[in-house]
Amino acid sequence: MHWWIPTNASSYGGDVDRIFYIILYITGFVFLVVEGGLLVFLVRYRRREGRTAAYIHGNNTAEIIWTTIPAVIVVMLALLSQKVWSTVKDPAHFPADAIPIGVHVKQFEWQFTMPGPDGKLGTDDDIFRKNELHLVVGRNYAVQLTSQDVIHSFFIPAFRLKQDVVPGMTIVAWFRPILTGAFDLACAQLCGVGHYRMQATVYVHSAEDFARWQTAQGAPATAAPVATDTTMGSMAMPHSGGTR
Amino acid sequence: MTAAAAPHDAGLHAGHDDRPWLRRYVFSTDHKTIGIQFLFLSLTFLLLGGLMAMVIRWQLGFPGTPVPGGSILPDAMAPGGVIRPSFYNALVTMHGTFMIFFAVMPLLTGVFANYLIPLKIGAPDMAFPRLNMWSFWLMIPAGTLALAGFFVEGGSAASGWTAYAPLSNSPLYTGVSAGQILWCVAIIIFGASSLLGSVNYIATVVNLRAPGMTWMRLPLSVWALFITAILALLAVPILAGAIIMLLFDQVLGTHFYLPTGGGQPLLWQHLFWFFGHPEVYILILPAMGIVSDVIANGSRKPIFGYTSMVFAIGGIAGLGFMVWGHHMFVSGMNPTLGTSFMASTMLIAVPTSIKVFNWLGTMWRGNIHFHVPMLNAIGFLSMFVIGGLSGIFMAATPVDMYIHDTYFIVAHIHYVLFGGSLFAAFAGIYYWFPKMFGREMHDGLGRWHFGLTFVFYNLTFFPMHLLGLGGHMRRLYDPTQYPFLAPMQPINVFVSVSAFLLMAAQLPFVWNFFWSLFRGPKAPLNPWRDNSLEWTVPSPPPHGNFVETPTVYRGPYEYSVPGEPEDFLPQDRPAPARQEAH
Ligand SMILES: [Cu+2]
Ligand SMILES: [Cu+2]
Repeated sequence: MHWWIPTNASSYGGDVDRIFYIILYITGFVFLVVEGGLLVFLVRYRRREGRTAAYIHGNNTAEIIWTTIPAVIVVMLALLSQKVWSTVKDPAHFPADAIPIGVHVKQFEWQFTMPGPDGKLGTDDDIFRKNELHLVVGRNYAVQLTSQDVIHSFFIPAFRLKQDVVPGMTIVAWFRPILTGAFDLACAQLCGVGHYRMQATVYVHSAEDFARWQTAQGAPATAAPVATDTTMGSMAMPHSGGTR
Repeated sequence: MTAAAAPHDAGLHAGHDDRPWLRRYVFSTDHKTIGIQFLFLSLTFLLLGGLMAMVIRWQLGFPGTPVPGGSILPDAMAPGGVIRPSFYNALVTMHGTFMIFFAVMPLLTGVFANYLIPLKIGAPDMAFPRLNMWSFWLMIPAGTLALAGFFVEGGSAASGWTAYAPLSNSPLYTGVSAGQILWCVAIIIFGASSLLGSVNYIATVVNLRAPGMTWMRLPLSVWALFITAILALLAVPILAGAIIMLLFDQVLGTHFYLPTGGGQPLLWQHLFWFFGHPEVYILILPAMGIVSDVIANGSRKPIFGYTSMVFAIGGIAGLGFMVWGHHMFVSGMNPTLGTSFMASTMLIAVPTSIKVFNWLGTMWRGNIHFHVPMLNAIGFLSMFVIGGLSGIFMAATPVDMYIHDTYFIVAHIHYVLFGGSLFAAFAGIYYWFPKMFGREMHDGLGRWHFGLTFVFYNLTFFPMHLLGLGGHMRRLYDPTQYPFLAPMQPINVFVSVSAFLLMAAQLPFVWNFFWSLFRGPKAPLNPWRDNSLEWTVPSPPPHGNFVETPTVYRGPYEYSVPGEPEDFLPQDRPAPARQEAH
């Protein structure tokens, strides 16, 4: 039975996990100190005959200490988080060689448009699939997320990536798979009566495997798609509102 | 009597009560009656919300099997007792709606602000008793309309208590039309009730404090309720405005949130969470206030760092308006904005830890009496710490990207609103029950209730953190559909069984409440040996509260003052030492 974060399968997932563990250790320590202190006080200062509570109204030094320490810790956490966050979400930091993939969603279906051997979307060799996405390990991908009806959320737990898909917007998210295998893709935002079964599978292939799969789709057998610089430039950035 | 003049009306002198029965018990303008009315109403809604949670947990623990006793449900909800996905979504929506708007919020503000503020500040009643009466009576249609959704064509609202547009905009997306409209109208009426209450609490605290009751002598419960009222006054109109626009989208064909007509789905989220985050503090600040009073009393010690406690309440409230975007990190909002909301959110850890450490400081070198309210206050403190710490995970943008919309968030909110708000509400009910009804609650039953609730509460909600870390999405009708979630199903079963036991653990409370109401022993004048003004008048206090307006000489936390014969020193006792109370 698994009950913890699944094995990471993306390039930045390790950084996300690292911040998670840093926060876990810090909050775990604070938890032990506070709850431990509470327990000690409850036992040590429990009501006893003849005891009188100390008549104390406070202590300014103590107030300053427990104001400053949390402030320093959270500022540090914010700085650490900011680095990873901008790597993942800031369009300025997206890899330039990312292969574009069209992800159009509607209740309760994922529609993937993957480029054919030319590495470009919107050409004749595009491969269209419902609820299955095929990728090559070690390549950068940029998914262009659009929705036909309501808000859905593109969630690949193994990649540590979640991005809402909002009607009226084209939102781009990127990732680089680092492990081969089949991974679950889930809709994470309540989107109606079939929300619970709005799932897809992400197949991460080795380059050879992918070539074989691509051939089976009727496309000429060449190397895995190579992205060109123009693909990145043609992509809409978040908030641009256009659709492809 | 006119509302404005009421508090100084001659008819309000304590002891003279010739109101007809209907004005006395039903359409009463007496803050105490209204507080008690809110108590019965919010506990009823709490029970309803709890029952909905039980059905949700049945489906999650044992998906696709008939709910025991579920055959009484109509086929549109659960044919043969097996819950439909649409009914599940409706339950999830209404559980959140009822718990937040109709159970916990009226339980904390409706009950305790109404009952305690005038008594604790030495006033005969609220500043606007009639508004106060309206604030209660509006809650009845609000709750009823929300509940009515279950019985109309298409079922109740099913777009979550957050009602994200455009899911909530159109029956095209959910199959719900009348139910969603009823939800909107119910929340708008609830908003009116909340606003009437808020202006009243604010006006009362500002204007009706007894002589000598300076701001820095106010009990922290009153401070917290006062600042909560300001929060509600500023936040609730935003919600009402947002919902009125949603209603227009539904019935008038406007496009505020519909991209097809140039609207913005994210506008709803900005408006909703601009209300929604302060709302979390509306639900927790009164709890912090109640617990501060109870912990000082239980420890027989002055509250540690009173001034910083007051400023921390203000700090939490102020920051509360600058952090709403932390609910929207992955919404498609500009990621740079996400960073600024992360920074402001992280800062909330500062005033929050001030409060936690000051509560610990209050117990330090105290003489701790483990009475039932104190046990619940300790329950609050230990559980709120977990809820506060788990919030830091969500505040960190990269981690939130993973745990957003998972059971981690469900665990967090329940540690804050059950572990926090509800334990404090129980502390408050046990503490002021003797004041409200003149009778004591049964001590042993109270201890059993606390102990069982504490254990099963943790067994229910702690494993949800693990589900969330495993990637388990919230609002998911059948988790076993997903290959990566199916192996975690034993945790879901465990959580469900614990939840049923948690519900059962409330039976001693219900029994104790009603038994004590009629059979409890008569309460002494000051059962907890407390300093606050409400314990200087009989229980229950007469109409008009004080025979003579009290004069206040000191703050409410003067416990164990050296040289005093007793370990408490009431606020209205004139000279510091060796003086008999009169
Ligand atoms: Cu969806
Ligand atoms: Cu928030």
